[in-house]
Order: sequence, then C-alpha cells, then structure tokens
Amino acid sequence: MVNLPEASLIVIENLCKSFDDGAEAGVLNNISINIKEGDLVSLIGPSGCGKSTFLRCLNCLELLDSGYIRVGDVELSRKSVTQKPDERMLDAAHKMRVEVGMVFQGYNSLFPHKTVIQNIMLGPLVVKKTPEPEARETAVKLLKKVGLESLANKYPSTLSGGESQRAAIARALAMNPKVMLYDEPTSALDPELVGEVLQVMKDLDSEGMTQIIVTHEMQFARDASDYIVFMDKGEIVEFDDGDVLFTNPKNSRTKEFLRHFTGTGMAVNC
Amino acid sequence: MRRFLISMLVLALFAALAPAASADNGALRWGGDSEGGFPYMFPNQQNADELIGFEVDIVKELAAYLGMTPEYINNAWDNLIPGLERGLYDIAINGLEVTPEHEEMVNFSIPYYKTFLQLAVRRETQDISSLDDCRGKVVGTLKESYAQMVLEELGDVDVRTYIVEANTYEDLANGRLDAALFDAPIAIYSAGFNPEIKFVGPPIGEIIYAVAVTKENRELLTKVNEGIVYLRDSGKLREIYDRWGLWSPIMAAEFNDYSPRKVEMTNYDEWAENHRPELTLDKKLARYVSMLPTFGEAAILTLKVSVTAMVIAIVFGLILAIARVFAPKWIALAATAFVEFMRGTPLLIQLFFIFYGLPNVGVTLNPFWAGAIGLGINYAAYEAEIYRAGLFAIQQTQWEAALALGMTRWQAMREVILPQAFRVVIPPITNDFISLLKDSSLVSTITLVDLTKAYGQLAGTYYDYFGTGIMVAFIYLVIGLPFVAFSRYAERRLAEQDKDGKKGAAQNFYRTSARWR
Repeated sequence: MVNLPEASLIVIENLCKSFDDGAEAGVLNNISINIKEGDLVSLIGPSGCGKSTFLRCLNCLELLDSGYIRVGDVELSRKSVTQKPDERMLDAAHKMRVEVGMVFQGYNSLFPHKTVIQNIMLGPLVVKKTPEPEARETAVKLLKKVGLESLANKYPSTLSGGESQRAAIARALAMNPKVMLYDEPTSALDPELVGEVLQVMKDLDSEGMTQIIVTHEMQFARDASDYIVFMDKGEIVEFDDGDVLFTNPKNSRTKEFLRHFTGTGMAVNC
Repeated sequence: MRRFLISMLVLALFAALAPAASADNGALRWGGDSEGGFPYMFPNQQNADELIGFEVDIVKELAAYLGMTPEYINNAWDNLIPGLERGLYDIAINGLEVTPEHEEMVNFSIPYYKTFLQLAVRRETQDISSLDDCRGKVVGTLKESYAQMVLEELGDVDVRTYIVEANTYEDLANGRLDAALFDAPIAIYSAGFNPEIKFVGPPIGEIIYAVAVTKENRELLTKVNEGIVYLRDSGKLREIYDRWGLWSPIMAAEFNDYSPRKVEMTNYDEWAENHRPELTLDKKLARYVSMLPTFGEAAILTLKVSVTAMVIAIVFGLILAIARVFAPKWIALAATAFVEFMRGTPLLIQLFFIFYGLPNVGVTLNPFWAGAIGLGINYAAYEAEIYRAGLFAIQQTQWEAALALGMTRWQAMREVILPQAFRVVIPPITNDFISLLKDSSLVSTITLVDLTKAYGQLAGTYYDYFGTGIMVAFIYLVIGLPFVAFSRYAERRLAEQDKDGKKGAAQNFYRTSARWR
C-alpha cells in the first residue's frame, strides 16, 4: 500500500498551500503521498477539505507555497512561500501542466468556439506543434475510445453533459499525459449520464492510465479505485483499499464523514 | 494614348499651380464662418459651394489691391480669434466688432463698416417700441455679441442667445421671443421682407466692424489699412454697400459721401426674392436637389473622420484594455484614470483642447487629424471598457482549461480567450460606431465642414430648418445603415454557432413565453 518514492510515478512531499485572502477552505498542510504508475486513486472528503486545491497544485494551476512535487521526471520544489517563483520554477510548472491532464468539474470547460474534434486537436497543434493530419488521426482515435465519433463536428453547446465530459477527457488525453486528474467530473451531471463518464475512466484504468479522481461517487470509488484517500482540513487523514476504508475506517473523522453516505445505499459498517 | 495621358497630367498640374502664380504677393489667408450668416458671408443659393456676401466682396477687392490671392479658411464664428492666434489664417473678417475685449487679443484695421443695433418685434406687438421697453421681456440675440452686452447691461431682461440668427427670428415669429436685437444688416436680411415682423425704435448704440490681425503682424495691418483707405476713397466700398442695400445715413456720415446711389441693390433684391415666404413645391424640390453635392461632400468627410476615429478607438482601446487587465498595477491605474477622465469630460471640450489648446505646447494638428484623434481617443475609453467586459465575460474555466492543456498564457489568450471575447464585443463595438458617426458632428466646431456644418450653412442660407433638417437626418441614417446591418449579421452569426449551424436569429424566448402570466 505504501509506495516507495523510487518506484512511484508521482511523489509529493510536504506540500503546503494557503491563500492570500486568508480563506480557510482549500488550504493544504504538509501533504505527502506517492502514487504508483497505473493506479486509480479516489480522493474523498468533506467540501473545503482541500481535495480540489490538491489537484490544482498538482498540475500547477496553483503554485505550491512549499514542498516538493515530482511527476515522472518533472520536478518542482519550493522552500517557502517567501521564495519568489523564478524562471526555473515557472518552467517546471509549465512542463508539469503539459505532463498532467485535467478534467474540470463543470461541463463548460470545452472551448465553445471550436467543434468537438477541434477541441481535441487544439492542445497538440498549439503546444506540441503536431502536424495537422497526425493530430486529427489521434483525435479520431480518442473520439472512438470515448464513444463520440459521431459528434466530431458538433459544437459543444449542442452536447449533453455526459458527452461534454467525455469530450473533455479525450481532449486531455490528446496531450498524451502521464497522469489524468479529475475534479468532481460527474457532480454537475444528471444521474443517468454519470455512468457513461465513469465507464471511460474504468476503461482507461484497464489500459494502465494513472488517474486521480476527486469524487463523491462512493460506489465508484469503492469498486474501481486501487485505493482511496480521505482528506479533511487540508490533511490526508487516512488512505486504504476501498473495501477496508469503507468497512473498517481507523480514524473517527473518516467514520463521521462516511456516516453521511449510509443512507444512500452504501454499505458502511461503523 | 499613354503620351496623351501624360501631357494631360502635366497640363492639369500647371492648371493647379496657375492661380498661385498669378498673385505676386502670395495668398491672403482669411478666416470667416461660412455659417456666419447673411449679408456678411453665406453660401450662394444658386450654387451652395460658392461663398458670397458683402465681406466676401470686400476681401476680393482688398486682395486685388494688395496683389494677393484670397484663400478662404472656414472656422466657427466663436473661434475666429483663437484661430487667428493659432495661425490658421492671416486675417479674420466676419462681422468682428471692435470692442475693448477683442482689442486686448488682436489688432484691428480702420473700420470698413459702421452700423447700429435694430430692435425687431412681431407685427402685432404694441408694448415694445424702444430698448427700455425690453425690461421684463424675452429678447433673443447673437451669442457673445455687442447686442448681448447691451441687453445684459440693461438688466431685468431674459436674454436668449443664438448661434444662428435665422433661428432667432423664427422664434420671434412663433412667439418664443418677445423681441430680437441684432446688428442692423442682420435684421434687414433676416426680417426686412418678413410681413410678420416689424422694426421699431431708433438706432441703438454703435457697431464698428474691422479686419482683425494678430498683435505681431503689424506689417500686414499697415497694408490692410492702406487697402481699406483706397477702397473707401475710390468708391469701391460704397458700390459694394449699394449693391447689398447696406448704405445708410450713418455710413454717409462716416465716409462723408452724401451722393445718391450709383448702382442698384441687386444683391439684396435677389436675397429677398429667394426668401419671401413660401416657394412653390417645384422650386423647393429643385433647391433640395441642388443641395445634394454639398451634402455629398460633407457626408464623405463625416464618414472619413468617423472611420479614422473608429480605427484609432479600436486599436488604442485594445491597448488600454490590455493595460488595465494585464499590466503591472501602476500602469493599470494610469489606464483606468485615463479611461475615467475621457469618459467623464465633454467630448467638445476635448476637441477644443486638442485643436486650440495643444498648439500652445507646440503640437499643431490639422483640423481633420485633430477631429479624428479627438473622437478616436475619446471613444477608445469606451471601447476599452467593452473589451474588458468581453474578457471578463469568458468563464475562468476556459482560461484554466487552456493552461491545463499546457498552453502558455499568450497561447491561451490567442487561441481560446480572444476569439471568444471577440464574438462578444462585435455587436457593442458596431453599436458604438453608429454612435460615433453622430458624435462626429462636433468636428464642425473645429473648422471642418461635415454634415452638421453643411446643414447649418444650407438651412441658414435658405431659412429652411425643417426640410433641410429632414434631409440631413436621412443622410446620417443612410450612412449608418451598413453598420447597423453588420451588427445584425454578427449577432446572427453568433446565434448560429450557438445553435450548431442552424440558420436564423436567436430565438426571442421572452416573446414565446409571453402567454404565461
């Protein structure tokens, strides 16, 4: 369960993050975790516990205050918040964003002025300067993978929420990332559309993609995850195999949190 | 064929240079206001491009005596003296009265005409027969004129000032004013033939008209004085005044010339003929058609100034918006201050400042560029706000999604944000252009003859503010229409993309749900 840093794709040590405006929610205190290649990790916890901030720090949409992040061979470290971000650090942050794919919470993250296939091709064309035919070929393959080949030339405004999120996954995959991050990818969807999105993530898992998912879909977390991380108040409280965490949580905060889900059909023994 | 063309070109070139060559002593650049009014100077009713009037005749004779070519520079009457100081022209002549205030700013030649103020009332008015009777009444006169001063000194008079004299007599006739006090020549030409208006009371005060020259230009002043003495003594001035019906006992005394008239009042008669109330429809229509070339030229100028100003506004506005959104704090603050300043002060003041004020610090722009730049930077402030709103109309997720794909800030801006923001700002920017087209009328105050100035000239000349007004409004509408159409087209395109290529405008959901209470 505990991965050694050398054997891990992702290494995070003493990651700290707080905000200028003094907001309590989303603060991170000394997060350390290692994640192996091919793992599917679910991140759960009450709102404001720092799950989203953790993802945003990991792909450098937020710059960490202090700590160490390594994804593959891209490293980023900062001694303290007083250390001014230098050229080298910003460069590493940019490389990190290229290596890490991200899917956002709402389904409005697709670019509305581009068709679905143009959305998927844009990253490779602009960032990697991939030749157009090659980018298109990749995009078509990815559309097939997420089951959207018939919608390639539609504009995002005509897609359903589930279709949008699958297109967003394909768009992130087009950059051939080392890891995929999902920030509550299904929370804005109608219940009947959730399954199709989760299925894509399960398929990716079976292909060996490393994925970190912030989610409230407890059933999915329990069934599909290699392990689950429970966060509260900016700290990792507990992480364990899904079945173990749900049936026999060690920490009282975990128990308290999971109690909220007993009424929703989840079998939790507390 | 080619050789023929070239020789034609050379010929044309010589023809263009010829007038300059014929006058040995160069050009006599004189400033006046083509809207300054009859009988001083005004567009010819038969040919609106030609300026006529007794002062035009005087300048011609004066220039001929000096061996110079008269070159007319148009400027608003209010600004004639500032324009002289700014060096737009060498002399100013357009009913400029010799007053202590004026004499502080410029030097005056010896007078070329002397007259008085004439009080006018409606035909049926009984209780006003002298200046003193004006107390407690509403009296109209020309803005910043001697008459205004006289009325204000009288006290207890409700003085209404006008820029266009014809409007004053129109308001007198329709009852908005109780009386009108004007220089006698204006009174004669405005109302001398109007059956609804009568002149009352003795001559009031003394008005002296002279040519204005800058304090520095003493040499020219001497030459102008020589010229006026010559014109007076040779009887040429008397002839001009006779033709225009402006010879009076006061002038007889001034010039010590009590002889009977030698020429007919041809110019006055022609004027009066054209202004006796009610022309036939045919004549009226023919007159409107004859206005078209003048309006056409003016419309082109309006369009040119507007388009140039809009290009400046779009580019400079973008710079301002980028400074406000992306630049370091102090630059952003300066841009904000600039935007608020430009939006918070009147455009007219800004134009005056640029045209008349900046030469004091060595920046002299020609009227076209002063107008275009003035309008342009004023509108830039508004465009900047539209761009800013456009940028902030884009959701943060779009920015983050682009960055998360590994784009740099600039790539995200170029590929994701700006194309979307552009779609948002097209309709309001087009809208602003239509607004700018109308605001361009303010350039008429800095010597440009745009549509509004042309309207003032032609309406004043023909005493027809109604028909000419409809005509100019229609011209503004027509040149604005293509931009209205473009705005609609852009809006429709936007709606099409949102509906995935389905044709048709955005659905008006307010109307379709109207059946609900």
